[in-house]
Parts: sequence; structure tokens; C-alpha cells
Amino acid sequence: MIVVPCPNCGPRNSSDLRNAGEVVPRPDPQTASLHEWRSYLYLRENPAGWVTETWYCRSGCRRYFTIERNTATNEIRDPGNS
Amino acid sequence: MSRHGYTYSAGKLLRHGLTRGAWPRMWGRPERRDSYEVVIIGGGLHGLATAYYLAENHGITNVAVVDKGYLGGGGSGRNTAIVRSNYLTPEGVAFYDRSLHLYNTMAADLNLNVMLSRRGHLTLAHTDSALRTMNWRAEVNKFLDIDSSVIGPEEVKRLTPSLDVSTDTRYPILGALYHPPGGIVRHDAVVWGYARAADHLGVHLLQETEVLDIVCAGGDGPEGKGPGGRVTGVRTSRGDISSPVVVNCTAGWASLISNMAGVPLAITTHPLQAAVTEPCKVFLPTVVVSGSLHVYVSQTDRGELVFGASVDPVGTYRVNGTLEFTEELAGHVLELMPGISKMRLMRQWSGLCDMTPDYSPIMGHTPVEGYLVDVGWGTYGFKAGPVAGETMAETIATGRTAELIAAFTIDRFTDGDLVGEKGAAAVGH
Ligand SMILES: Cc1cc2nc3c(=O)[nH]c(=O)nc-3n(C[C@H](O)[C@H](O)[C@H](O)COP(=O)(O)OP(=O)(O)OC[C@H]3O[C@@H](n4cnc5c(N)ncnc54)[C@H](O)[C@@H]3O)c2cc1C
Ligand SMILES: [Zn+2]
Repeated sequence: MIVVPCPNCGPRNSSDLRNAGEVVPRPDPQTASLHEWRSYLYLRENPAGWVTETWYCRSGCRRYFTIERNTATNEIRDPGNS
Repeated sequence: MSRHGYTYSAGKLLRHGLTRGAWPRMWGRPERRDSYEVVIIGGGLHGLATAYYLAENHGITNVAVVDKGYLGGGGSGRNTAIVRSNYLTPEGVAFYDRSLHLYNTMAADLNLNVMLSRRGHLTLAHTDSALRTMNWRAEVNKFLDIDSSVIGPEEVKRLTPSLDVSTDTRYPILGALYHPPGGIVRHDAVVWGYARAADHLGVHLLQETEVLDIVCAGGDGPEGKGPGGRVTGVRTSRGDISSPVVVNCTAGWASLISNMAGVPLAITTHPLQAAVTEPCKVFLPTVVVSGSLHVYVSQTDRGELVFGASVDPVGTYRVNGTLEFTEELAGHVLELMPGISKMRLMRQWSGLCDMTPDYSPIMGHTPVEGYLVDVGWGTYGFKAGPVAGETMAETIATGRTAELIAAFTIDRFTDGDLVGEKGAAAVGH
């Protein structure tokens, strides 16, 4: 079980939330080429280690928030204290 | 016959039984060379099959398969061994069907009993929309000459009496996609068969050798990596190896390896769990899959029920079992087969799966010359091992992408040309 700290609801079992994946910088849709836009949509670093990622508090406050998680150990830390 | 070294036969079994003479080792532990014509990263089924077909079909034997652990220690030793070809896209169907053909003659080709059992494969539909997808798949399958059709609940009951097809359940069975050639195989034997044959043809199987970096030159990125460059070798935990061709067959670890060449992938790594019960009398004649209930089950020749599900929702490289999985699994299996409520689970385990957005693999050349990929196998790559090896070997030997894998190119994501297999691959592996 992975316990995810929602800034509003506190620690929650990850099954109460949805993992929206690693944070990828979003290109400007007005100026991005198709290639840039699709790279943003599909390509991921998928590292085995610390990653900054977005979670959606599906069954709680329904907010999106960002945390850092180590994908090799599932340890979680606040982006603020890294 | 000594095509694959020491031949296995009934006579040998008798002789070894009587004399208690030791069987020879299936493959050796060769001395590593400093350079090879082809280096394959990953000693799972895909890496081993690629090496075997390079040697057998193209006479290229100066090949090393490098694995950080032992052969078959990844997904190839952890899967639930389902083989089938009733996919959704014409590209997928043609590809997986070629693999089934290779499985058909594998025991003879590799002189090893892989215990292929084509017992029939049922994908249950519990909703109208699921039934629609089954009809779609059946039509695509029939058009490509695959034995596949949609059947009603009575026929499901006749084929698999232990299933509850009554209409007052929470998820009534409305019908199923029936694929008679689908079945299971002994996954370890498949891995060992390819390893033994490749070793005998001169391929070096280098175990406990971890690739730490891919060495490139001339690319756009740092250290000459990335598009426009070419591969010159790999750095491993046991020293450097130079090679003009490096193939990534590392499934769940594919992104880590590909990033070493500066080639990002459309892949996220998720664990997939499976479980097995204590053995009991054989009662389940087919493989049964339920997409809506996220579960599938088959019975081994020893009588154990083998269960699987869909991947864990959170991407991670950590493979530990979870209680959520067993709880959900038990609930859903009992919906389908209330009669097995007293059976006990013996073990549960987990393996890494390299998931792509369209549930199709990524195969062939990349923007880095000499760096090829055979990845994105998700939860369905075991059945594909033979054909993936055959087509990757052809692509390496001829320099031209084999026709059967042309649609699976790495460029399809940035070209916007995806091969959507989700309807046939999300649960039924
Ligand atoms: C529980 C489960 C059930 C499944 N069920 C089915 C099924 O029923 N049917 C089906 O078709 N598929 C199934 N699959 C999927 C299937 O197992 C995989 O797609 C397939 O085994 C991939 O084979 P591979 O040879 O590409 O990779 P693997 O067998 O995973 O081999 C990759 C190898 O790469 C090595 N490696 C990684 N990093 C490095 C490095 N840095 N240096 C050197 N070596 C490295 C690893 O040690 C590993 O041995 C299932 C998977 C799981 C986990
Ligand atoms: Zn919340």
C-alpha cells in the first residue's frame, strides 16, 4: 500500500486517488509543433528513482496536487523539502 | 541429432533414470569477449529468441545476450503463459498469429517439451459494449483466417461448466469471444529452449552482467547520445564491450536502458500481479478472461488455478504484492465461479510491465544508428517472444524493418499513428 499525503485530506491510501503520472512541461498549444505536442503527450522519462508527479484526489477533495515519489522504493516527500 | 547439442529423448530419459547419470548443463558460462557483432540487453524470452534466430536463420553467431540477473528472471519467468492471436488490429492479429505458428512446432524445433496446450480461450462479455468489442474482434479475426467467434451463455456453460451463467448475478455473462487455438505453455521451458539452442549455436549468454551505460558517438545530446548519432558499445558491471549493434530487450526496464542512448520512450512501468492456488482435481478446461471483472484464470496440468489481473494503477519499479490485489481477485473470481470458495491461495507474485499508450509494442530501428528496441510488451509479451525474435533478427541482419513489425515503429507516437490494441489487451494477456 502506498500512502499519499493530500494537502487537504491528509494521508490517504493511493487507491483513493489517481496517479496522473510524471510532470512534463506543457508546450504552448498556440506555437507548439505537432512533434512537440505529441512528445509532450506520449514520451516519458519513467526513471527508477525520484520523480515529480501529479495526483488527483479522486474520492476526496478532487484537487490535483504535486509530490515527489521514489519509484524504486515508493517513498514520498514534499517537493518543498527536497 | 545434435543440432541443439545434447538431444533429449525417451531413450535418454530411461538411460539417465537407470544409471542415475547427471544430465549435461543446458548452456555454458562463456568467457566474455571485448567485442561482438550484436549485443542484446536482456536475457528474457525476447533477447534469447532474437539471439537464436540471428544464429539459426542468418548465421550471425558473434552475439552476446547480457543480463543483470539470471536468464528468465524478468517477466519471462513470472507470466501466466497465455498464448492467443485474437487481437483487435489487423497488424496485431497477423503478428501474434505468426507467433502461435512458431509455438506449434517449437517443441520439435528446440528439442524441448514446452507443454503447449491449445485448450481454447474465452473472453467473457458482461455488458453490451463488451459484446460489441467481441463482435468487432471476431470479425477482424475471421477476416484474417483466425479461428474466433462470439458465442452465447449456453455455449459458454457447455465449454466451461464451472462458470456461473445465471442471469441474476451482479455481472451476468452475456456471451464470450471464443478462440479455440488459444491456450497456455510452460514459460520456463520456452526460455530454456531458446537459451540452450542459442548457446549451442555459439551465442554468449552473459548472466549477472549489468549494463550501466550505452556508449554513443555523433548524436545531438550530451556525450554524443541521441538522434543523429550511432552506438559503439555498452559499459557493463564486468567491463566495456564494443559493438555496432545494441538491442534493448529489457521490458519493464526498457526506459532506463533507452534513456542511456538518449532515446526517450512512450512507456511507463507498472507492476502486474498474479497468484496461484493449491492444486485440485482438473475441472477447468479453458482459459477464462473477464475484462469487466479484471481477472483471468487457467488451470495447470498439476491442478493449480493460476490467476492474473490488470496492472497495478500506480507506476513503480517496486514489485511487492498487495492485499488490494488478492481481495479484489478473490471477490471477482467468486462472481464467476462460486464453487471454488474453499480453495486456498498458495502464492502471489509480481513482475514489471512496460506499458505503451496504445497497448502495442515498440520495435525496430531508432533515431540512433545501431540502437534497436524490442520493448513495450506490457502484459502480453510472452506469447510474442518467438515472432519478436524472428522479426528483430531479420531487421538486424538485413538492415530493413521486417514487414510484420512495420506498424510498431518508435516514430508512430510523434507521427500520431497509434495502433490501438487496448480493446484486446488491457486484461486478457
Ligand atoms: C504477472 C505477469 C503475467 C503475465 N502474463 C502474460 C501472459 O499470460 N501472456 C503473455 O503473453 N504475456 C504475459 N506477461 C507479459 C510477459 O511476461 C512479458 O511481456 C515478457 O515476458 C517480456 O519478455 P522480455 O524478454 O522482453 O523481458 P523480460 O523477461 O522481463 O526480460 C528482461 C530482462 O532484462 C534484464 N535487464 C534489465 N535491466 C538490465 C540491465 N541494466 N542490464 C542487463 N540486463 C538488464 C532483466 O534482468 C530481465 O531478465 C505477463 C507479465 C507478468 C508480470
Ligand atoms: Zn484530497
